[in-house]
Amino acid sequence: MKTDINLPSVTSPSLMVSDTGSSFIGEITQETLALTRRLFIQLQRRPSTLIAGIIQPVMWLVLFGALFQNAPQGLFGSTANYGQFLAAGVIVFTAFAGALNAGLPVMFDREFGFLNRLLVAPLASRFSIVFASAIFIISQSLLQAAVIVGAAAMLGAGLPDINGLVAIALIVFLLALGVTAISLGLAFTLPGHIELIAVIFVTNLPLLFASTALAPLSFMPEWLKIVVALNPLSYAIEPIRHLYLNSDWGLNDVVMEAFWGNVSFGGSLLVLLGFAIVALLSIQSQLRKTLA
Amino acid sequence: MASAVLIEHLRKSYGKVVAVKDVSFEVQSGEIFGLLGPNGAGKTTTLRALCTLTTPDAGKVQVSGISVVDHPKLARRRLGYVAQEVAIDKILTGRELLQLQAALYHLPGTAIKERIAKVLELLGLQEYADQKTGTYSGGLRKRLDLAAGLLHSPDVLVLDEPTVGLDIESRIVVWDFLRKLRAAGTTVVITSHYLEEIDALADKVAIIDKGLVIAAGTPAQLKDQVGGDRITLRIREFSHQEEVDKAKNLLANLPFVQEIIINSAQGNSLNLVVTPQKDVLITIQQTLSSVGLPIFGIAQSRPSLDDVYLAATGKTLMDAELAAVANRDPKAEKKQNMR
Repeated sequence: MKTDINLPSVTSPSLMVSDTGSSFIGEITQETLALTRRLFIQLQRRPSTLIAGIIQPVMWLVLFGALFQNAPQGLFGSTANYGQFLAAGVIVFTAFAGALNAGLPVMFDREFGFLNRLLVAPLASRFSIVFASAIFIISQSLLQAAVIVGAAAMLGAGLPDINGLVAIALIVFLLALGVTAISLGLAFTLPGHIELIAVIFVTNLPLLFASTALAPLSFMPEWLKIVVALNPLSYAIEPIRHLYLNSDWGLNDVVMEAFWGNVSFGGSLLVLLGFAIVALLSIQSQLRKTLA
Repeated sequence: MASAVLIEHLRKSYGKVVAVKDVSFEVQSGEIFGLLGPNGAGKTTTLRALCTLTTPDAGKVQVSGISVVDHPKLARRRLGYVAQEVAIDKILTGRELLQLQAALYHLPGTAIKERIAKVLELLGLQEYADQKTGTYSGGLRKRLDLAAGLLHSPDVLVLDEPTVGLDIESRIVVWDFLRKLRAAGTTVVITSHYLEEIDALADKVAIIDKGLVIAAGTPAQLKDQVGGDRITLRIREFSHQEEVDKAKNLLANLPFVQEIIINSAQGNSLNLVVTPQKDVLITIQQTLSSVGLPIFGIAQSRPSLDDVYLAATGKTLMDAELAAVANRDPKAEKKQNMR
């Protein structure tokens, strides 16, 4: 019996299709787009997090830049000013912090029971919930990065060429993908949003300070250099900084002298790609457990 | 044709807590089937197992002949689930929520608009459709949630306590809606701890207590099984103990009286179970007036579902409900409901 009241059935045709699996791609696209749309509607009607997420890095640029404005020339390597040095760090840290929060909406959906609405639905794959979050967070990170690049240019850090901008976008993409995956994994593992926020708190700033975002590797004691070289943020910051400082940059350029050897521009990208893949794989089992 | 819902020997524990011990029931197509029981009886867990939100420890759960454990995706298409707690995104409008729901059930783009218009009309939500759901009253939210559950034309609509916390008006809307669904041939599974709700709506009932089905059948069957009529008698508004004792002894000698209980919680009223026959009330009145006892009030009724529950468990549903509320562990419940 159908619950239709004077209406032709709408379930039966799609039922047939999904039984054969022939429109799996169509279904997963439909549900992923709908879930992504929800996140963008939320952002549009509640833009405060995005506005804060844009104001904050710009303030970092202005205030931190001013703090070290009178630092001796050449102190921060070959940079003309600290602002130029800092731009890369702010771009990466902003993307990182945004992606780290990716799990929060999912956690709230779990807590308020909205996730149950998704779980009783015949989703082609429940990973579309993850895809939607990733698409949303990465779009937001790219938007933030674009604003920071613009602001940094106005503050005198210069503007990378088109290849440079593409490289920045790729780096932001890979880092945000990996961090979003970890955050979503936590959102499905931890018992509630308090715990998730606690984890975000203890991860956020230490990872910033244990990277090359604020100061170059050469400033640091040996033990910190080791930590920094293990921090994925460094592999996002150094290539961006490199292309800010060198208009004729290339993939083979050495961008960081880590304790285990020299890291090239292309090598950094590979590290970030590896990080994203490892992060995605590591949450698979947890997501399967919760979402399968 | 397979039953709309078939549950056999369902068992589910959360850690050491056995939420459902052994529940079996069968729902035929086009029926409204009621699960009645106090809080914590295992109703919600049963529904969660039915709707693939929790995996049973043991037992068979089928929807239209499809095992929800072996083929969850197929089962989900045939099920509409409306949870007790309305979970709607308050930043979306009603229409946007339904659009999301339509995509999650893969309704074809051409049908979505028409279908949404239809369910909005059915629940009387047209004028609120484009307002954010955050502005909705509790009753409106529930109606939107019902509309969402119905959007993909499920074979079986599963409703967990659909009228808890609703105002009378919204409650009537929900009842009317369920009756309309039945008239259109939809199968509905509903839980409630409101006796009158189940009594008014359900074609068949299973009464659940402590994870077990303690009685099942049509409401009329269940009441007939309990047998006898109920008489509530008040000598005075607040009767003296000696008077009610005297009345009790007198009335106990009448041939049709099966049982008498003095209900001290209600001003020492007398609750009688009697064999239905002519002149029961008149005989009682005459018996009392012959010894000069007055009557403040007297009423005769058929047994209610509460009497069914009372006969099976030894306490009223209200008492069980109060005991359950006192023993609730909200933290553990929340954990069970989170995925």
